[in-house]
Amino acid sequence: MTSARRRSYGVKGAPYAHPSPTTTLDRARSAPYFFLLPATILFALFFALPIGYAIWLSLHKVQVKGLGLGSGARKEVWAGLENYTDSLTDPELLAGALRVLGYGAIVVPVMLGLALLFALMLDADRVRLAPVTRLAIFLPYAIPGVVAAMLWGFLYLPDVSPFYFVLDRLGMPQPDLLDGGPLYIALSNIAVWGGTGFNMIVIYTALQAIPAEVYEAAKLDGATPLQTAIRIKIPMVAPSLVLTFFFSIIATLQVFSEPTTLKPLTNSVSTTWSPLMKVYQDAFRKGDIHSAAATAVIIALVTLVLSFGFLRAANSRTKQEAAR
Amino acid sequence: MSSLAVRKAAPAAGTTPGTAQGPPLRRRIAFVPTVTLLIGAIYCLLPVAWVVIAATKSGSELFSTFTFLPGTGFTENIRDLNAYRDGVYWKWMGNSALYAGLGALLSTVVSAFSGYALAIYRFRGRETVFNILLAGVLMPPVILAIPQYLLMAKADLTDSYASVLLPLVLSPYGVYLARIYSAAAVPADVVEAGRMDGASELRIFTRIALPMMVPGLVTVFLFQFVAVWNNFLLPYIMLSDDEKFPITLGLFTLLEQGSNTPALYTLVITGALLAVVPLVALFLVIQRFWSLDLLSGAVKS
Repeated sequence: MTSARRRSYGVKGAPYAHPSPTTTLDRARSAPYFFLLPATILFALFFALPIGYAIWLSLHKVQVKGLGLGSGARKEVWAGLENYTDSLTDPELLAGALRVLGYGAIVVPVMLGLALLFALMLDADRVRLAPVTRLAIFLPYAIPGVVAAMLWGFLYLPDVSPFYFVLDRLGMPQPDLLDGGPLYIALSNIAVWGGTGFNMIVIYTALQAIPAEVYEAAKLDGATPLQTAIRIKIPMVAPSLVLTFFFSIIATLQVFSEPTTLKPLTNSVSTTWSPLMKVYQDAFRKGDIHSAAATAVIIALVTLVLSFGFLRAANSRTKQEAAR
Repeated sequence: MSSLAVRKAAPAAGTTPGTAQGPPLRRRIAFVPTVTLLIGAIYCLLPVAWVVIAATKSGSELFSTFTFLPGTGFTENIRDLNAYRDGVYWKWMGNSALYAGLGALLSTVVSAFSGYALAIYRFRGRETVFNILLAGVLMPPVILAIPQYLLMAKADLTDSYASVLLPLVLSPYGVYLARIYSAAAVPADVVEAGRMDGASELRIFTRIALPMMVPGLVTVFLFQFVAVWNNFLLPYIMLSDDEKFPITLGLFTLLEQGSNTPALYTLVITGALLAVVPLVALFLVIQRFWSLDLLSGAVKS
């Protein structure tokens, strides 16, 4: 270990060119770079290089000479923004984006609303069974998205579902959960089921950090538990709501495995249901990696803009509140 | 956690003597919160309860008997699953354990090194490095996965264990958590005292700082373990040889075949149940070690 460190110091220390033994200060100066070396190498290989390559691909296309046979008949040539304009004008991509938007409009508010509600209930006075229910609600986090989608997928199938059994007995209409509008609800439900517990824990942990004195004051003012929750607890956990909102939006934009898993169970999930599924389809089924790369870059940019924009807005909002 | 219990108990106990205007005994349990939480718990346990019962049903019972009525085919289902393609199911489980276990371990080590460096040292480019790493969180996995696949193909590494393992070792989220945790758990003067004693920086890290960081690193490990175990996209793209599949991908291919042959449904269902068991067990045992305060601490900074 030590010799390896020395060697790497030799390299790092070269610019300083001290022939004398390294001083504490020098060691402390080069140490962080040494500690960050593994992360840097991994980042270069598995993040920077692929991103650069994706951008390069997105700006190129394949040109086929003649019949496209033999070596050198297919070569990659500069395409400029052609792939991007193709992607942006592709109606299927737009449709996929709208589907994911609709899906996100259900998932994010419902999931975070439930997470906040459960966190507040866990934090309420004289609540019973809190540890058990907390664990039960958190449990879905441990279940892979693919398996969650399978479990719910089966529960949506009329042949095996208890819901349909009950509806049948009650003589009520039995909607097809895997088609049209209900499909959004079916998919959203899987995400809500899987994500509520984790977000609940994050919010609950923030609630626990509120100092007791804050409640004393509220109690003296005769605030009801509901008033305390709305006027004190929710504003005080606003930062963790921002954080959970942020991560939920990113996760929603990237939805892939749940609709992919439901696909074998229904015909109404197309292979290009979400933009990421379309990217996969273009790259690996159609073999058009260049336009897939362009679409991928667009999705990444939208994600970055949305998330930074959101963080910015949230930050300035918090500062305003702090100033008041 | 325990501090909360104390905080909550104190005012409640204080009000007990003055029950004159207090609520009658029956209302001692807060009904609305308790019932709300129970409904939430039932909703979350419902699919799990379903899969437990469905896995006991034989192929014909699955479609003919009431959903929540236990069947008689559990041992038979397990036997079928064991027999399916010479026990490839258990191969998938083993693969998942390998990907998640080794992947999370490597990831924790890398996160510990980086998080410590970012928290303890002041050096040029520190914030830049940190922000670039964080931007990695925002990268949709598929954006990375396509070029990763193509680059792996150039290096002749696709369809190998490494192709699924290596891209997940650097976890921006893990680095982020490790940084916050070492900033909170490792006091600067302890590091300085180590230097005074002439210990090398690496020795200070491994002997002094690392033990202090263990609770936080357990959290990083668990997050990463769950993330890798639940990962679907990367193996879906990288692997074609089903001997190397993790359990998520294996079950998915089983379901894909099963959509044409409902006879495979019982295999999928039994497989899904057994795939859930290890992670749930891990959770029940380990949840007390989770320091999720880390997350809310992260929010405040």
